[in-house]
Amino acid sequence: MSTFSRRALLGAFAGTSTAAALAACGAGGSGDSSKTVKVVFRQFGANTVQTDFLAAVKKEFEAANSGITVEFEPVKAGESDYSTKLQLLMRSPRTAPDIVYEDTFLINSDIEAGYLSALDDRLSSWEDWSQFIPAAKAAAKALDGKTYGVPDGTDTRALWYNKELFEQAGLPTEWEPANWEEILEAARTIKSALPDVTPLNIYTGTGVGEATTITGYEMLLYGTGPNPLFDPDAQKWVIGSQGVRDVLTFYATVFSEGLGPDIKQALNPDFGNTVNQQMIPEGRLAISFDGSYACGSWLPTGPTPWPEWSEVMGVVGVPTQNGDGPKVSMSGGWTYAIPNNAQNPDGAWEFIKTVASQKNQTTYAINQVQIPVRTDVAADPEYTAANPTNEFFAELVKNTQYRPAYSVYPRISDAIQRATEAVSTGESTPQEAAAEYDSRVKEAAGDAVIEASS
Amino acid sequence: MTTVQLEHPHAQRRRTLVRGLPLAPAVVLMLVFLLGPILYCLYSAFTDMALTGSSETSFVGFENFRKIFTSDEFGRALGYTLFFTIVSAIIGQNVLGMFLALTMRAGGPVARAVVSAVVIGAWVLPEVVAGYLWLAFLGEDGPLNQILGFLHLPTQDWLFSLPILAVSLANIWRGTAFSMLVYSAALSEVPREIEEAATMDGAGTIRRLVSVTIPMVRRTIATNLMLITLQTLSVFGLIWTMTRGGPSGASTTLPLFAYQQAFQLSQLGYGTALALVLLALGGVFSLIYLRILRLEDGVR
Repeated sequence: MSTFSRRALLGAFAGTSTAAALAACGAGGSGDSSKTVKVVFRQFGANTVQTDFLAAVKKEFEAANSGITVEFEPVKAGESDYSTKLQLLMRSPRTAPDIVYEDTFLINSDIEAGYLSALDDRLSSWEDWSQFIPAAKAAAKALDGKTYGVPDGTDTRALWYNKELFEQAGLPTEWEPANWEEILEAARTIKSALPDVTPLNIYTGTGVGEATTITGYEMLLYGTGPNPLFDPDAQKWVIGSQGVRDVLTFYATVFSEGLGPDIKQALNPDFGNTVNQQMIPEGRLAISFDGSYACGSWLPTGPTPWPEWSEVMGVVGVPTQNGDGPKVSMSGGWTYAIPNNAQNPDGAWEFIKTVASQKNQTTYAINQVQIPVRTDVAADPEYTAANPTNEFFAELVKNTQYRPAYSVYPRISDAIQRATEAVSTGESTPQEAAAEYDSRVKEAAGDAVIEASS
Repeated sequence: MTTVQLEHPHAQRRRTLVRGLPLAPAVVLMLVFLLGPILYCLYSAFTDMALTGSSETSFVGFENFRKIFTSDEFGRALGYTLFFTIVSAIIGQNVLGMFLALTMRAGGPVARAVVSAVVIGAWVLPEVVAGYLWLAFLGEDGPLNQILGFLHLPTQDWLFSLPILAVSLANIWRGTAFSMLVYSAALSEVPREIEEAATMDGAGTIRRLVSVTIPMVRRTIATNLMLITLQTLSVFGLIWTMTRGGPSGASTTLPLFAYQQAFQLSQLGYGTALALVLLALGGVFSLIYLRILRLEDGVR
């Protein structure tokens, strides 16, 4: 009896482990690959706008294409962990999804790594492609001249400020800072008048990742002169520039004078959500460098609906360092792309066309507060009427700048984040951090560096 | 006679082969799943393999290692690793573990049961849970600051100002149970008569401990030191959960540095080279301990 039961136990154990092993093998293939389309995108924090949007598109798509199932694999991770996860998934045909949601600043790097497939043949026979604006088309175009992704929107950046707090502090509610100093002056006024309020937020450090680079640092740097980061004529990265030291001095001033948020909190990867879902709606932050999409958090579809936001919050363009030249804005955006290792690229393309249709893009632009990349969506009265700040941010598109998103850019961006972190924590002076930045750029870009002309 | 002698080893070898046959699956599995990745790691440490940005991988010789030994960041990470290992393992876990084992030996059965339950409880907690507990404990409004505030003492912000100390404390808390268990086992082997004889000869508590008890468990101490050093060198989850190596890299030990280089900055080749250096560092520590053990044997 006892021998028998032990054997039975062993048998059961062997059976389960074999089954588990087989199941694990099967998971890579996930059934008939021509019947499913696997989509990977990022879902972080409480914002589920894209998740809800894609769920609705899935319904529409599956109704129109019977027999094909769309599977979602949202990655819950911070910005930099998301791209790592994506790259690891795309490396092997066993794990590669059929569609990946790629940030335009990383797409060149992933194209050069051979992860993505060119879409030119498909795009040429897709009549909607002519509706996309040239700047957005260029965002997913690689150095080889081929296009690898379909953009779903872009954004611009500015200063958000709380008019109620401005009024309490005795500042004008129609605020128009002419240069950096006036931004700092307003923050100082708020600090002395309203000690419980954080006067100014500018993203810093490696925690929030690329947000530090594009929404904080570059918004200032591009106001210090032409091509301050990358010299497009020489095709080289700029080092040793006064602009970099000035931007880092701005950071040092904000954090050393106590004008910024608590640095411990600011270095948290989730800090972007803290700002827009807590600090701003609760009236604890007066001025914030942020994107056109920031109010997406406060819409009825967002994570923290806040109906009064359009009365309370004002937006104003970021001035250049000394107030010469037009307002500064940076633009990014995301694309849908098909990995080279995708099992069902044809199904994937059909799904992308559905996602990028005029109707769906209008919905997405309104709910996620994106600046549309389709001209028919931008002209749609439903879109322009949807949000009081849409017109302001769309206007910034005229002078907005795009990042030099070459394959080395992610490492340059990391160097920028580390430099801002070092000055914000007070660990380095702006001069030391700028020197450290230069050496990191040299390490990342090799010979492709150029000394600033000034 | 000679023919028999010639045939004999052949037969024996064949028998050994046949006897070894059942081991074959295990050997194959080891080769595939253990040796394979190690060889692959060795190979990629000498290449410029990247996670993104380039589709080709080329052999770069010792370039990755040159980069490691000329990098300031590596120097800092090495310093933090040594601090973390020495403070949290060699001093913290080791000394505290011995202290607990000694006091538990002297204490009554109830105290012994309670103390061991608490200490082992900390040890069985998953690394990530322990990390979050300490993150909360040391946090700005965490229990530690509330206690300090209640006692009118200045509050701390070690997670921010001294992160390497914060993670070291957490690692002491988490890992002491292991040393305590090892030492408890060793101390139970020390004959009471010898200690009593020392007491009769007029030795006090400290004297008895230093001259009798510790020398009798010294081999266990060396073995335990080796084990906890190797464990602590490779701690990743605890530090990652608590500080992610920050702020400004002030708690980036070598495992975190290797991870950041390989996966966040996409330099897989450089990251694996760093992992090999970490392996070598563990080897150096092991050699030192083995050497101490061997010297011991020579003296006796």
